[in-house]
Amino acid sequence: MNAPVHFDSISDAYATPLDQIDVSNPRLFQDDVYYPYFERLRREDPVHYRKDGLYGSFWSVTKFKDIMTVETHPEIYSSDAKLGGITITDRPMEFRRSSFISMDPPRHDEQRKVVSPIVAPGNLNNMSSVIRERVCTVLDGLPRGETFDWVERVSIALTTLMLTTLFDFPLEDRAKLTYWSDCATADVNAGGIVDSEHKRLEILGEALRTFTGLWHERAARPAGFDLISMLAHSEATKDLVNDPAEFLGNLVLLIVGGNDTTRNSMSGGLWALCKHPAEYQKLRDNPSLIPNMVPEIIRWQSPIVHMRRTAVVDAELGGKQIKAGDKVVMWYISGNRDADSIDRPDDFIIDRARPRHHLSFGFGVHRCVGNRLAEMQLIILWEEIVKRFPRIELMAEPKRIYSNFIHGIAEMKVRIPT
Amino acid sequence: MPKITYIEHNGTAHEIDVPVGKTVMQGAVDNNVPGIDADCGGECACATCHVYIDAAWLDRIGLPATGSNEASMLSFAAVTQPDSRLSCQIDVTAALNGLVVRMPEGQH
Repeated sequence: MNAPVHFDSISDAYATPLDQIDVSNPRLFQDDVYYPYFERLRREDPVHYRKDGLYGSFWSVTKFKDIMTVETHPEIYSSDAKLGGITITDRPMEFRRSSFISMDPPRHDEQRKVVSPIVAPGNLNNMSSVIRERVCTVLDGLPRGETFDWVERVSIALTTLMLTTLFDFPLEDRAKLTYWSDCATADVNAGGIVDSEHKRLEILGEALRTFTGLWHERAARPAGFDLISMLAHSEATKDLVNDPAEFLGNLVLLIVGGNDTTRNSMSGGLWALCKHPAEYQKLRDNPSLIPNMVPEIIRWQSPIVHMRRTAVVDAELGGKQIKAGDKVVMWYISGNRDADSIDRPDDFIIDRARPRHHLSFGFGVHRCVGNRLAEMQLIILWEEIVKRFPRIELMAEPKRIYSNFIHGIAEMKVRIPT
Repeated sequence: MPKITYIEHNGTAHEIDVPVGKTVMQGAVDNNVPGIDADCGGECACATCHVYIDAAWLDRIGLPATGSNEASMLSFAAVTQPDSRLSCQIDVTAALNGLVVRMPEGQH
């Protein structure tokens, strides 16, 4: 029997010729070994060109400030779906679906403004009590002294319930939302059920049919305060249902945006605390740190690994010449560890100063519309956790997903001591 | 030093001396005035330093130019009013001594 080979990612990151480094390899994230590759790029070649990589040829933007430059110049760096959209994967043209995240101003602006009131401050206050009730129910149902999967029992359970509220979706069918979300973002090489774009479209076709039904119901009723009703009753989007590709694009955006990211921060936060016992103790000693800790968790997890743009004109970025048509990838997960913009970036510090100065939500016109809802859910979760459980133990390293887009935790075994 | 009054949504007022050359946002953040988040750090890229300019000051401060980054980011902020500005885009000068700004219900 062969002894297990220990893979030394630091040696590999520094021994690989610079032009051969390919940070798009989903294995780097699945195996949690991506850190030194980005560290080297930030130091030696912060705007890095990889020719003919696993996901084609692309620029990697690895430093906080350069990412901010790309984010704030949509007239240079386009999100347009037809040019390739927002992910490093170049889907065949017939599978490129528009949604407001993969549009540029001004159309982006019109569609985004339709849904943003659902996460406005007043409505967040309205939602907080129902979120707290659910958190309490889920936490009170957890076993003591027994190993269980935190992802399934807590992170998925809570974020799926949140989606049912946002869409006013039938509660009994809620598992479908999680399934569609996972299928929408699955890498076709991950070895899962979605092994081709055709298969993905077949599964998402069911989502489209279901939501088309809900749309017609809601359009026939007075305007309500759920995402589908808001889209159906707004001038800018009232005909969206007649453009199935764009309707599906927006559904996927809202489902994934409201689900995967918060789910993985719910898992990643507990992982971070278990790995940093002194910080976990700080939290137990002073639960009032929770609102400060939550953005630090979101930075630490970086739930979206990257966002992609496509240059529409020639431009200079970090001393490099970007040509019109080039694929430009902003690695949020790297910018969030940039010591030139974040103090002690490799330390998880729950009482860090200015914790919201991170890239996980993006910046500029595409900044995450649900960022304050995400924070609120995590704040409530941690407030209720510390009231109940003095500690939660990590029983095994988490299993991570094969993706360079969603920084996902598939399973995390934990135990609450009796 | 110019004195700026920041009024939280709940009515709590904070009178702060802000050095010339700073922005109205920095005056709040440097002095831990709650209600201005400034997630992006002053890049006009997040709209979480949103304030309402007191009516007496609106003419002097002015509104963001149509088509500017500030106008664009503000258009995505919640609870905006005709007197809304992003405080990171207002430079503090001696002429702003006495400025009053109010914070919205939340930064988003």
